[in-house]
Amino acid sequence: MNIADLFATHRRSLSVGFFILLIAFVLTFPLYGGIYRTDVLFTMLTYAILAVSWAMFSGTTGYMSLAPAAFFGTGIYVTALLQDYLPFPVIMVAAGVISFALAVVLGLVTLRLKGIYFTIFSFGLVVFMGNAINYVEADVLGRHGWYFNVVNQTVLFYTIVGLTVATVLAAYFIGRSRLGLAMRSIGGNEEAAEHVGIDTTRIKILTFAISAIFMGVAGVIVAPPLSYSNAGIAFSPVYSFIAVVAAVFGGMGHLAGPVIGAFVYGFLEEMLRVEFLIYFQLGFGIIIVLVILFLPSGIVGLVPMLRDKLGEVIAKLRKGGEGEQHANT
Amino acid sequence: MRSYGKGAKGSNMRILEGQGVTKYFGGLAAVSNVDFHIDQGEIVGLIGPNGAGKTTLFNLISGTFPLSSGEIRFKGQKLSGLKPHQICRTGIARTFQETKVFSNMSVLQNVMVGAFFGSLTHVSGAAAAREASQALEFVELSAMSTDPINDLTLVNQKRVEVARALTTRPELLLLDELMAGLTPTEVSEAMELVRKIRNNGITVVMVEHVMKAIMGISSRVMVLHHGEKIAEGTCNEISRNRTVIDIYLGEETHAGS
Repeated sequence: MNIADLFATHRRSLSVGFFILLIAFVLTFPLYGGIYRTDVLFTMLTYAILAVSWAMFSGTTGYMSLAPAAFFGTGIYVTALLQDYLPFPVIMVAAGVISFALAVVLGLVTLRLKGIYFTIFSFGLVVFMGNAINYVEADVLGRHGWYFNVVNQTVLFYTIVGLTVATVLAAYFIGRSRLGLAMRSIGGNEEAAEHVGIDTTRIKILTFAISAIFMGVAGVIVAPPLSYSNAGIAFSPVYSFIAVVAAVFGGMGHLAGPVIGAFVYGFLEEMLRVEFLIYFQLGFGIIIVLVILFLPSGIVGLVPMLRDKLGEVIAKLRKGGEGEQHANT
Repeated sequence: MRSYGKGAKGSNMRILEGQGVTKYFGGLAAVSNVDFHIDQGEIVGLIGPNGAGKTTLFNLISGTFPLSSGEIRFKGQKLSGLKPHQICRTGIARTFQETKVFSNMSVLQNVMVGAFFGSLTHVSGAAAAREASQALEFVELSAMSTDPINDLTLVNQKRVEVARALTTRPELLLLDELMAGLTPTEVSEAMELVRKIRNNGITVVMVEHVMKAIMGISSRVMVLHHGEKIAEGTCNEISRNRTVIDIYLGEETHAGS
């Protein structure tokens, strides 16, 4: 059996093993990583949730959404408004429900739009929400942003780990379900999907809204460490871009892609920011361009490439011994 | 061989009926005031020059877009207002002139989608896989079921479309240029396939430019020209129809020869 076959037959156990190792690493990290590095990991996990939930809908259906920041910001604002009245877990549930509802409304309006129009509209929502809330706050309520109550950082860390695992599991099970097949059909050919009995509008709205839940709840968890937020911070379009870039960067052919992409993105962002401060975005831009140029399937695209290369090398090495094998058989 | 149809064979029930079917695109009437009917168990050929409105008529029947006026009834039930997925589930399946497959899936998965979503009954994963395999066997593509769909030739992708349509358990199947680009041997095979589908109790309407196929298997032929129905009848009647010969077949040609 050669290397390629080994990979193929054990692909699933390899993936499961990878995730278990990763979870074990992440769970124990605060014990030896120190506060600063744990904070960086916290950010990386946040990006992972955004990237995985983005890929769950957009990667599968081909509808490129730039709305993640709208749901993420909704989570932050739900926290700001409810933190004095409700316990933290209830706020998380509330943010999930509100994000879901918001996504349903947005979906009803926009998911009939195709291609670039949907993308632009979804981005418009982010800008609109940021500006509308800013207007209400500054001109109507006469206040400037919100301060957050302190929540134990260790609790938040393990909460975001839990949400990351939940997001990945949701993406995994949806991917294998009828819903996932319907989404892939839409991505493959929407007109054909309609004509073989798929209610494409309903499926798109439902899955768009499911993916929004995770983004909204993530907003709740990242809110307390911000200490202070306003509409500009909460609805920063950057979160939309991070979701897209991390997913594409890591690759969407495999569930691990967006997670790896988010981790690498979060790590590089922090490292380059510390090292170069001003130039980090330039350096990061160059890295992304290089990856997209040479690895169109993202970082996970490296795996089959290396596997094939390795297989070739081994096959070449074996060729020498082949004569003897033939003699034996 | 599994039977795909739900309806009884041989009865003269009108499975599909259109009255004053009209579709405007801007000021242009793509289909203009067409009356037609399809009887259960028929193979009806739909012919006409390019731009005659044949595919538009298919799109109207399958709900791609609404009629400008007129109405279409399937087994007595009005189809207007129904979306494509609902029309599929009532029992009308179709293939496409420009092949539309799920490019990101295997051949088997493409066909399974039809089994999962195409009918009103809930189908388990195992049952869907079984139905899809049977449908692929029916169109003689079993050997390629695990291949990525994009590895298949266009000709074979069209057969996958047929298999996918069959797993939705249709009573009426609309075939849009199944035989375009086929070699004469392949045309004969495709004709045999269409007969086999009809023998399973499924009524077939086929848009086709391959005259040999139309004349060989249709029980009736309808001719569209500039969106209007200009003739209708048996293959013999159509091949001798003066208007059809002038407008469509050309003055020198005799169809069916």
